[in-house]
Amino acid sequence: MGKMKRRDFLKVSAGITAGAAAGPMIWVKDAHAQWSNAPEKGAKLRVLRWSRFVQGDIDQYMKNVQAFSAKYGIEVRVDNEGWEDVRPKAAVAANTGAGPDIILSTHDDANMYPEKLVDVTDLANYLGKKYGGWYPVCEAYLRPNGKNWIGIPLGCAGNCLVYRESHVKAAGFSSFPRDTDGFLKLMKALKEKGTPGGFALGNATGDGNVWTHWLLWAFGGKLVDASNKVVINSPETIKALEYAKELYATFVPGTLSWLDPNNNKAFLDGQVSVTPNGISIYYAAKTSQDAKVKEMAADINHANMPIGPAGVPTELNLFFNQMIFKYSKYPKAAKEFIRFMMEQEQYGPWMQAAIGYVTHPLVAYEKNPIWTVDPKHTPYRDSMKIMRPIGYAGRMGYASAGAAADFIVVNMVAEAASGQRTPKEAAERAQKRAERYYKV
Amino acid sequence: MHRLLNNRNALGMLFMLPAAALLVVFLTYPLGLGVWLGFTDAKIGRTGEWVGLENYEFLWGDSVTRLALFNTLLYTVAASVLKFFLGLWLAIILNQNLPFKSFFRAAILLPYIVPTALSAIAFWWIFDAQFSIISWVLTRLGLIDRYIDFLGDPWNARWSVIAANVWRGVPFVAITLLAGLQTISPTLYEAAAIDGASPWQRFWHVTLPLLTPIIAVVMTFSVLFTFTDFQLIYVITRGGPLNATHLMATLSFQRAIPGGALGEGAAIAIAMVPFLLAAILFSYFGLQRRAWQQGGTDR
Repeated sequence: MGKMKRRDFLKVSAGITAGAAAGPMIWVKDAHAQWSNAPEKGAKLRVLRWSRFVQGDIDQYMKNVQAFSAKYGIEVRVDNEGWEDVRPKAAVAANTGAGPDIILSTHDDANMYPEKLVDVTDLANYLGKKYGGWYPVCEAYLRPNGKNWIGIPLGCAGNCLVYRESHVKAAGFSSFPRDTDGFLKLMKALKEKGTPGGFALGNATGDGNVWTHWLLWAFGGKLVDASNKVVINSPETIKALEYAKELYATFVPGTLSWLDPNNNKAFLDGQVSVTPNGISIYYAAKTSQDAKVKEMAADINHANMPIGPAGVPTELNLFFNQMIFKYSKYPKAAKEFIRFMMEQEQYGPWMQAAIGYVTHPLVAYEKNPIWTVDPKHTPYRDSMKIMRPIGYAGRMGYASAGAAADFIVVNMVAEAASGQRTPKEAAERAQKRAERYYKV
Repeated sequence: MHRLLNNRNALGMLFMLPAAALLVVFLTYPLGLGVWLGFTDAKIGRTGEWVGLENYEFLWGDSVTRLALFNTLLYTVAASVLKFFLGLWLAIILNQNLPFKSFFRAAILLPYIVPTALSAIAFWWIFDAQFSIISWVLTRLGLIDRYIDFLGDPWNARWSVIAANVWRGVPFVAITLLAGLQTISPTLYEAAAIDGASPWQRFWHVTLPLLTPIIAVVMTFSVLFTFTDFQLIYVITRGGPLNATHLMATLSFQRAIPGGALGEGAAIAIAMVPFLLAAILFSYFGLQRRAWQQGGTDR
């Protein structure tokens, strides 16, 4: 992914916004996108996907599956696994040449075994043409050579800063800061007011990786450059770590131990007033049986992660892909299934049922009412548009997957933030650890 | 065929075949495969190539692996020692004629019966930075003014997971030692009492020597279970904070499965074997002091 300046970003954003504003027009024009595919006779499909984060997701997904089966006469079996367990299963399926026809997985899984996956360029082109194009991060993940698509993006679980409006106002801020300097001031003010924020710094696969990568990138640091050379030990990283140290001082105690569920619990208990998370905290509050927690929902709002010296948004979100394996006896049926699920008639209601937990990968779906029915949903709408891939700025594959799974960036930030190591020492250690994965 | 079936040796071999097959398929082959993988750069989903000792050389210099080794040794030694003394103490108490003896003997097993994942979740809450019941009680009693950071401070986290392991492991030690205590003939205690032995002398010269074979077995198993512990750590800390509670088993999993580095993960797992063998050898040769058990002195 090329380096983008603030001005370039504004141009692209303006373009996308203008495109979205003229959405219906584009839609009509591109509705002529051609698709022809004849599923194999007698086809049966097995789909392995990550377990739902919100109930509405799986309910609507299965309704769509049933609609597909009714329309095409193709039986589809759907298995669910925790999202972290899908990765090893998908890899084993790829290696042994047996398993589900379609796997819905995360991040850079497809980049580990691209040669084992069915080329879905025709489908990606059709969907992209029909629905206003794919966001750039989709190509970074699933079109690694710039030509062929090795999977179809499904979306991402967006992360925003979830905050208490009343606390932010009480701290002297009329609106949520949009840059890292302002954000630090807010966090300091919240701490002084006795309503601190808190970000996970334990080995939290989701929440830990998401915000520490944002921080690193916000200051211009990165694990690797475009040629996969490890460059994390840089002045930009040190600046990010110095910032992390100041930020950590404003956190509620105990964040070094936080795993993925901790910030949700602490926020809903009123102990934390700002934390990065999916939309689930807001919905847990909104649908809570506890009147006190339900009341909190009115005070919750969301903001995109602040922009740092890098000058552009630098978010990381949990990316979802859809892969068809070459060993499948029914690749055409599998393609048809993914096409069907991605079409407006199915994808739209699914997005709504998932209450904004999954952000769309196709530009046209910005118009889905889920993003405007409640203005508090809107920041999550842009999660795909502004995110970077996990292996930024290099190529993705075993190295990027291994480095993230080993919490190299999370540990580096935690070490520096907590004062266990100086920023310089933490960056040096991360460099050594990462070099192992990217084998110098 | 008839002669073969009448041959005691041939028949013996035949009867042993199913057991041998099970051992080969479920023990020897996986262990052999693990050893082999440790010498390759295998990834999940990709067959590896032979890299010799490269994985081990890297692990030797890897600060996280070294930390995990230190954590594992500390965890095993501290938890095993505590489990032994607490277990022995409990066993001796339960061996007395107490009221509701059967109830207490059954109740003591509870921590061992509860699935580890469930008790780990309970401890996760008990040690939570924001919701810890311990901190809550101490705050209410006015003994502390802020919650204890059980899992956020590296040393607090180490002792917290050791405490969870001890809680879970003590019943196994206590009940097994209780079984051992009940095999000791009361006449030996009567004879010792007639000789004027004090309770301590009875314990030291009668109970302990006769209990040693059981202690050797139970502590061997206890050390093995503790050294290879995974579930408690994975649920409570996932190896954090700052890898301060990563054990060899959890690090091996993290590198091999989510990280995809199957060869390196296997190498970490295989690196545990010499330590486990040493623990077994110590238990068998160190604690099986037969002469001492019979009132003599081992040479």
